[in-house]
Amino acid sequence: MEIVKTDIAIIGGGGAGLRAAIAIAETDPKLEIALISKVVPMRSHTVAAEGGSAGVITDKDSLELHFKDTVSGGDWLCDQDVVDYFVEHCTEEMTQLEHWGCPWSRQDDGHTNVRNFGGMSTARTWFAADKTGFHMLHTLFQTSIKYPSLKRFDEYFALELVVEEGRCQGVVAIEMATGDFYFIQAKAVILATGGAGRVYMQNTNAGIVTGDGMGMAYRHGVPLQDMEFVQYHPTALPGSGILITEGCRGEGGYLVNKDGYRYLQDYNLGPVVTEPTPKTMELGPRDRLSQAFWHEEQKGRTVETPLGHAVHLQLMHLGEKKLMERLPFISELAKTFLGVDVVREPIPVRPAVHYTMGGIQCDGTTATPLAGLYACGECSSVGIHGANRLGSNSLAELTVFGKLAGEHAAAFSKSNHNSDAGLLEKQAKDAMDRATALLNRENGKERVAVVRDEMATTMEEGTGIYRTGDGMQATCDKLDELRERYSSVQLQDRSRAFNTEWLTTIELGYMIDVSQAMAHSAINRKESRGAHQRLDEFGERDDKNFLKHSRAHYNADGPPRIDYGDVTITKLPPAERVYGGAAKKTAA
Amino acid sequence: MTEQRREIEIEVLRYHPEKDKAPYYQSYTVPFSDDTSVLQGLQYIKDQLDGSLTFRWSCRMAVCGSCGKMVDGIPHLSCKTFLRDYYPRKVRVEPLNHFPIVRDLAVDQSDFLQKLASIKPYIIRKKEKPLSEGTYLQTPAELARYKQFSSCINCMLCYAACPQYGLNPKFAGPAILSLLHRYNADSRDEGKAERMPFVNAEDGVWGCTLVGYCSEVCPKKVDPANAVNQNKVNSTMDYFLRFMSPRGAANS
Ligand SMILES: Cc1cc2nc3c(=O)[nH]c(=O)nc-3n(C[C@H](O)[C@H](O)[C@H](O)COP(=O)(O)OP(=O)(O)OC[C@H]3O[C@@H](n4cnc5c(N)ncnc54)[C@H](O)[C@@H]3O)c2cc1C
Ligand code: SF4
Ligand code: FES
Repeated sequence: MEIVKTDIAIIGGGGAGLRAAIAIAETDPKLEIALISKVVPMRSHTVAAEGGSAGVITDKDSLELHFKDTVSGGDWLCDQDVVDYFVEHCTEEMTQLEHWGCPWSRQDDGHTNVRNFGGMSTARTWFAADKTGFHMLHTLFQTSIKYPSLKRFDEYFALELVVEEGRCQGVVAIEMATGDFYFIQAKAVILATGGAGRVYMQNTNAGIVTGDGMGMAYRHGVPLQDMEFVQYHPTALPGSGILITEGCRGEGGYLVNKDGYRYLQDYNLGPVVTEPTPKTMELGPRDRLSQAFWHEEQKGRTVETPLGHAVHLQLMHLGEKKLMERLPFISELAKTFLGVDVVREPIPVRPAVHYTMGGIQCDGTTATPLAGLYACGECSSVGIHGANRLGSNSLAELTVFGKLAGEHAAAFSKSNHNSDAGLLEKQAKDAMDRATALLNRENGKERVAVVRDEMATTMEEGTGIYRTGDGMQATCDKLDELRERYSSVQLQDRSRAFNTEWLTTIELGYMIDVSQAMAHSAINRKESRGAHQRLDEFGERDDKNFLKHSRAHYNADGPPRIDYGDVTITKLPPAERVYGGAAKKTAA
Repeated sequence: MTEQRREIEIEVLRYHPEKDKAPYYQSYTVPFSDDTSVLQGLQYIKDQLDGSLTFRWSCRMAVCGSCGKMVDGIPHLSCKTFLRDYYPRKVRVEPLNHFPIVRDLAVDQSDFLQKLASIKPYIIRKKEKPLSEGTYLQTPAELARYKQFSSCINCMLCYAACPQYGLNPKFAGPAILSLLHRYNADSRDEGKAERMPFVNAEDGVWGCTLVGYCSEVCPKKVDPANAVNQNKVNSTMDYFLRFMSPRGAANS
């Protein structure tokens, strides 16, 4: 096993990890940084984000409004002190990206432009055509090349954290090309490993979004917070789950059912408007739109496609010029994957799992309960998304909290020393032995793809858009069974070099843990809030008992233990969440 | 889109550095429908037929740049190429040309990454504007000057297409020269002088012999050949201006 010593190890080279790395390099160029990623950073999933990133910039807007939209959008499960910090720092980060070269779309006078987005009360979403995440990620990646203190470990797979004396002190990784083990010893570790959408069958996420970082922290006793809140995006392609950005609706797209009827007016999202209107109709929040689809499907008003039921997203009325300028990537995707010409035909869309609101519990400074371990980006639960994330808050989160994680980890690394090297290496070796045992296992009966697909199917069945006690119980039981079966997964490929079957199997172990945290947090939340909607007797929000963060604690021998923590409410007391015309009435 | 399932033969190049002296081909029969991509065909093989087949992929929506392969001899993103277009013939899938093979369909990207890092692909300013003063102004016309060149997903298909790169691996190559041009053409950037030596070098723009195949295979319409050509003009200008300014045009 190779040993590398560094000051700070960052696991994850997406938007959050890169922003953290740059922050450390700028805080103190003498600190050594190891950036570990299982794909070359610019291939991270941030690359797929289309719509845009929030930051208050127009005269009509205010930090107060962004705060209110976020907290009410999250159905009051947000930590309001953290949301305050967040909205105060978004615009600065968008400006910073601009200085680093991000090709933001512009107005005629050269100022950056903003668009409308679901659940936001005014235009505040910065965008780079419909490739915002792509441009943000490449800008961050290319900028990161400036800093010599940053050493990249591209295509290294992080396997386990090393914890000694109650502090996280490094990570064991596999160099993918060779299968060699590395112990990367560090004084502080930042997890920026992204979400876990792949635990569901139909999802908008890349193949690498498997919750590894969540699993790694969880197994060392760090709670996973608010995991029952999984966001369905209302507009993905049936079958593949490829995302059709909310930006389409921000630009004025319509959703219609099989009768050509804009059905959202039947779900308290009206009145019907022809121009994109904040928080109304197609610009309602994601949870409400996905739920409306579910009802339409029940009523038999959806369109049948070979890949399942769908509704139609109409963009034709926007005209070719606008489509090519504002939504070129969507036009390309529709053409390639469906043979649909958006200038002439509607795109069939349906909900698919998109985003994990919950994640590794951390405080407003990104510190987890485990000393020396920080978490930022989608893998973390810093407290801003609550029960439902607003689109375009997440890209902003990567930069605001990525930077903060970098700064705090840098400070921690300077005031802490590593424990005895022998002790750390012993632990690293144990991790290596566990992974090698999986590789060398013989006579296992299970195939990794079979267990994976059964997991993703049961998650969809029991913990989907709408949930019931019985359904969730069935999923919890199934996951117990799958966890058992996982221990006899047999690899066909027993070699070392670039063994993706081996790595996929390690990922599956993390995915099953994360699924269990989701399903058990869900069944224990006996109310309905945001993305967690129950059809049984717990159909209402219950602030008395459940205005609380759920926390799942890992249990090696069985299902997780769930307990609860307080939500910080500073200035916006819980109220009813209203959209469409009703929102205007309450605001007035 | 039809539900009709047919079967196609996929012939894949295999090579394992620990076991094989030389690459060989292996064939698999894979069911497909009209919307099955070549990547999904490979995933089917890996999940159902042979867990040892090795290839990279991630986004499956043509934006992460991971999944480039030679498909019937032409560089393609395998997630954006469909089996229906090869049926009823078999389809042959190989690793990208001109790169060393790590295993099966996965190639060594390190040469590309080193080149990318060497050209200073970031905004260089003589004086930074403080964040408190807001963004730089950039008109849509100024944006248009480099936008296309900023759309490169680093998929390396153009390298697999480029005969020059095949002959001389030191040649910077299409995507890297486009990226360099992307920063040089950005109204916010003042770092052109630091990048010009790289352009002028023998392995810079002058390594290109104008084949143009790179632009043909590019899945993102970056048109790298165009970037290289614009820089040939730049490079010549730079050469002549040197005679006029004692400090070199680069510094003027
Ligand atoms: C299709 C799509 C569109 C979206 N559009 C928007 C949008 O318009 N606006 C918005 O605000 N949000 C959007 N989102 C959400 C947003 O893009 C993500 O939440 C965000 O990009 C996550 O960034 P991240 O840095 O946390 O993680 P990622 O970008 O997912 O990066 C994770 C990193 O961790 C690494 N990693 C993971 N596990 C390991 C391991 N075991 N070992 C080593 N490395 C590891 C990966 O290699 C990768 O580098 C979208 C999401 C999707 C799916
Ligand atoms: S220029 Fe085109 S083909 Fe070449 S790497 Fe970039 S996107 Fe790929
Ligand atoms: S899988 Fe990302 S480009 Fe094909």
